[in-house]
Amino acid sequence: MTVAAAPSAVDASAQPAAEPLLEARAIVKRFGPLVAVDHADLAIRPGVHALLGENGAGKSTLVKILYGYDRADSGEIWLDGRRVEVRSPADARRFGIGLVFQQFTLIPALTVAENVALFLPDLPRVLDQRKIADRIRETSVRYELVVDPARRVGTLSLPEQQRVEILRVLLAGARVLIFDEPTSTLPAQEVDALFDVFRRLRDDGYPILFITHKLAEVFALADTVTVMRRGVVIDTLAIADVDEEQLVQMMFGQTPATVHRGEPHPVGATVLALTGATCLGEGRPLVDLDLSISAGEIVGVAGIAGNGQRELADAIVGVSRVRRGHRLLLGDDATHWSVRRIRDAGVAYVPERALAEELIWNMTLEENVILGSPRRYSHVGGLTLDRRKLHKDFSGRLAALGLDLPDASHRAGTLSGGNAQRFAVARELARDPKLLVALYPTRGLDVPTAAAVQELLLHARGRGCGVLLVSQDLAELTTLSDRLLVMRDGRIVADLDPHTTDAYEIGGLMTGGAS
Amino acid sequence: MSAAALASIVAITLALTPSVLYATFGEIVGQRAGIVNLGIEGVMLIGASVGFAVGVVTGNSYLGLLAGAVAGVVFNLLLAMLVIGRGTNQLASGFALYFLGGGISMLIGAKYIGRNLGGLAQISIPGLSGLPSPWDQIFRQDVLVWLMVPIAFALWWLLFRTRWGLKLRAVGEDKNFSFAAGVHTRRVQCQALAVAGGLYGLAGAELVLAYTKTWQDWGTAGRGFVAIAIVILALWHPVRAIFGALLFSAAVAVGIQLQAQGSPISPFILDMLPYVVTIAIVLIWGRPKAFTVPAGLREVFAGTSK
Amino acid sequence: MSAIAAAVGIDALGSWFDRHPRLTTALRWLGWATVGVLAYVVLILLYGKSPLHAFHEIWANTLSSRYGLQDVAVRMTPLLFAALAVTIPARIGQVNVGGEGQIFAGGAGAAWVALTFTSWPAWLLLPAMALGGMLGGGIWAGIAGFLKARGWLSEVFSTVLMNYIAILAVSALVFGPWRDPTSSNYPQSRELVHAARLPHLGASRVDITIFAALGLIVAFDWLLHRTRWGLEIRAIGGNPYAALRNGIPVSRYIIVAMFVGGALAGLAGMGQLSALQFRLNPGLSASFGYMGFLISWLAGHNPRLIVPMAFLLAVLASSGDILQISQGLPSAIVTVLSATLMMIVLLARAGRRAT
Repeated sequence: MTVAAAPSAVDASAQPAAEPLLEARAIVKRFGPLVAVDHADLAIRPGVHALLGENGAGKSTLVKILYGYDRADSGEIWLDGRRVEVRSPADARRFGIGLVFQQFTLIPALTVAENVALFLPDLPRVLDQRKIADRIRETSVRYELVVDPARRVGTLSLPEQQRVEILRVLLAGARVLIFDEPTSTLPAQEVDALFDVFRRLRDDGYPILFITHKLAEVFALADTVTVMRRGVVIDTLAIADVDEEQLVQMMFGQTPATVHRGEPHPVGATVLALTGATCLGEGRPLVDLDLSISAGEIVGVAGIAGNGQRELADAIVGVSRVRRGHRLLLGDDATHWSVRRIRDAGVAYVPERALAEELIWNMTLEENVILGSPRRYSHVGGLTLDRRKLHKDFSGRLAALGLDLPDASHRAGTLSGGNAQRFAVARELARDPKLLVALYPTRGLDVPTAAAVQELLLHARGRGCGVLLVSQDLAELTTLSDRLLVMRDGRIVADLDPHTTDAYEIGGLMTGGAS
Repeated sequence: MSAAALASIVAITLALTPSVLYATFGEIVGQRAGIVNLGIEGVMLIGASVGFAVGVVTGNSYLGLLAGAVAGVVFNLLLAMLVIGRGTNQLASGFALYFLGGGISMLIGAKYIGRNLGGLAQISIPGLSGLPSPWDQIFRQDVLVWLMVPIAFALWWLLFRTRWGLKLRAVGEDKNFSFAAGVHTRRVQCQALAVAGGLYGLAGAELVLAYTKTWQDWGTAGRGFVAIAIVILALWHPVRAIFGALLFSAAVAVGIQLQAQGSPISPFILDMLPYVVTIAIVLIWGRPKAFTVPAGLREVFAGTSK
Repeated sequence: MSAIAAAVGIDALGSWFDRHPRLTTALRWLGWATVGVLAYVVLILLYGKSPLHAFHEIWANTLSSRYGLQDVAVRMTPLLFAALAVTIPARIGQVNVGGEGQIFAGGAGAAWVALTFTSWPAWLLLPAMALGGMLGGGIWAGIAGFLKARGWLSEVFSTVLMNYIAILAVSALVFGPWRDPTSSNYPQSRELVHAARLPHLGASRVDITIFAALGLIVAFDWLLHRTRWGLEIRAIGGNPYAALRNGIPVSRYIIVAMFVGGALAGLAGMGQLSALQFRLNPGLSASFGYMGFLISWLAGHNPRLIVPMAFLLAVLASSGDILQISQGLPSAIVTVLSATLMMIVLLARAGRRAT
């Protein structure tokens, strides 16, 4: 993704090094045997500072500790040259530290003004709606964070919600602003707007720290960059002194393995066809949708979260009823089939967080496999369970998918998030499906695990399975997809060739504005 | 239907409403803070039995009302101890409260079975009580009836225009995010349950001191559960709750009137009416739109909360 | 427990607790059980009676005499059914508070069969009555299940309100079309013919339905742990969202589980009618439905614990009657104590404080 690098009004690297406003010294944080943050040092000064690293490098954890959301096992936090104890986010805000999380912490049913009010340190007992609205307007005009204070947060788009999050920390009195992966939910155009906001804030003297794993953003915006890898701070450098290759080296320690698409694959018969499908459920309604997936192809779906992707997956898998139109599976009219029947016909499903959405955490891995393919492992309706076949499959098919897992009689809840995701994918692929629906399957996974999952998707494609891949990672989509669809407002608005399009075209289609 | 019958129905409806409505008010406060109380019935019975006892002993029904409210606060804090203090399952704890409250109320009320009280003073609205009979009886009610609307608006103001109310609603929507925003979630929920308990106790006391004027075991006849249904109907809004409570009471009043007129319909069928009406109305109108259900309640009913 | 030890400053004790989790759990339960017994003692003392005397009376009349044990067994029978009626839906996350109404609906169903087919022989009539009871209770609960499965109304509200409707409906029938003309003062149905009466065990008042109840509990436990259906039930109970996406027909399970639960409660009603009361009247159930709810929660919705918990509550109920007769204590004490017991179990299970 390319973002135009803007000249900075103040060249921070030319000034003598100022006193750091906020500093983390030798922070250590462990989660059981895992060392998430390993003696990390981080100094935040006026200017824009990028914290770079891949998923799982410890950046989020470090920053959460600065914000009082987590407690460090050892190490110190220094503010304005004095040591401080940050025991909670409220503490942090009192010290003037503000953090905008990657996943917003707003309360959807309350209005913008009410959400902001909860953060105000000097909120009077009786609420003065107008005064709060005025304060919001004042700040939002100054930094171009336009949003209507009277609207319910749940009705706002994701970029608008992010503006509310930023307004909240500003009005709470933050002097240092930290952003955790602020662009992960934004299309290209909104990223530009956000960076303009950052520049305005920087010009007003706010030190800004933003976490990212995208190199282009670092070069577009930052004055300084700190690279973390596996919990360790590798180095902190001025942008002027570093280039892309060096940063990649520091991030990965070596050139990271990339997933190869392999040769172009002959595409087979149509596996799934939605024609004129209309689904009305609790979420975004799908209206008059046409979609077809063939055997041996990966169809990617790009789009801002909340535009119908989840509903599309639910509609294909059978969780949502198709009210008008048709759903055709391998030539059969499956419009009124139950979820079980659709799965029996060879449809597999991998969600974003397998442990919460697909696996039953308090049942063993074995039992989860049985649940996934009930007819295979039980007879006489549901009366008996065939454990022998289960054991054979475990040591056979599942192991063949490169899965190296502990004892199958462990509970699913004991797996880590990444391993649970791999188990879920393997479980579904072991059923030899004709169609695989993957909904954000690699979100939040570290690079090796994400790559493993992507390999499994390609493996499925190689075996003639049709794959629907919904993802927010444009790089992943353009690398893996044979065709790329864009969803907006519950409709499919484009069917692109992933090799000939770019982030701006996709972004424009995602938002519906001119690129 | 004759004018006398209609007037009678309206008057009885109004007299019956406070006992359901105040309980509903209490549950609105509680549920907006994220806590469902299946034991409202038990707290109402405690308020009723204590209130009646104090009313008999002191000879002052207003003291009885006060005592009932206080008893309600104390008893409901038992739920707070369980659910907030120890994190027990809300539905089971509420149910235990129902049983415990009912049992204790029987023990307290045993001495007073058969006693009759004078009831509360009937207050008339100046001007309206000069209406021709039978319509004048509608406007001669006790103070708790007249306070229904003011209290509804006061509660609305409390929930939507004060800092305490904002924090309460935030906790009921998302306890974790509220905690991250610096709200003392446990304290807020305890306070909410205290307020709710006072309202439940008042509701129970009102029923026995102002309406039935006598004590009967399990005399609240399910009003505590009906209150939960009316909360849904009211979309968790105190002013809308008035209509739901009026509807329920009207169904009871119609039954009473028909019985008094010697209707051939079995009195038991007539007694069923309010419950059937409640279920029917919630089914027809009770499908909450987006953002009306406090989000924190969803996990309580899905059975996935602790 | 280690928290208490830490608070008092006995660190060594605290770490001892951490190292022996099983023993600590047993001790914790023993502690709470002691609290329960103390509660009983306090209640008795409050009424000016001697606890020792009371406990002696209870022992003599429940557990150490044949008549006493029979009484406990008679009380246990409907409780076993009622508890199962709550447990089965509870395993898929449904809260069935309508046991009481389902018992009455079942009693009405069984009564209808008994009063209509008075000429049938016992071997035909009794099973037909059982069927009537199961259908009555099952349909009553099934309505709530259906409303829940469609997403229209939570079963928590529907079942509890339907309790009142069912009880009133039975009263309406018994005061109206089914009224016994010969007993004009007392509202009850006509007496059941001999063929409609369940046989008893020997000379006791215990009837054969107790075996049915025990058998059903064993059967449900087996179903839950040894069959794929049981696996799917436990899956829904563990994570209904994921269960749906695995293809498990959650709506169907909800309706079936509620129906089966209601049917079992209905059997309790049939049993009461056919073995003990011989007439349908508003006193069919002495809060058995609510006690069933209590028992299921005490048992943690685990079928293996239903029998001991039902036994406990049956002894409690029996003791309440004994103390009322011999010492003049009010029977409401049993209600208070049962509820206290439930709270104690909830507290004991909760362990740590929630955030």
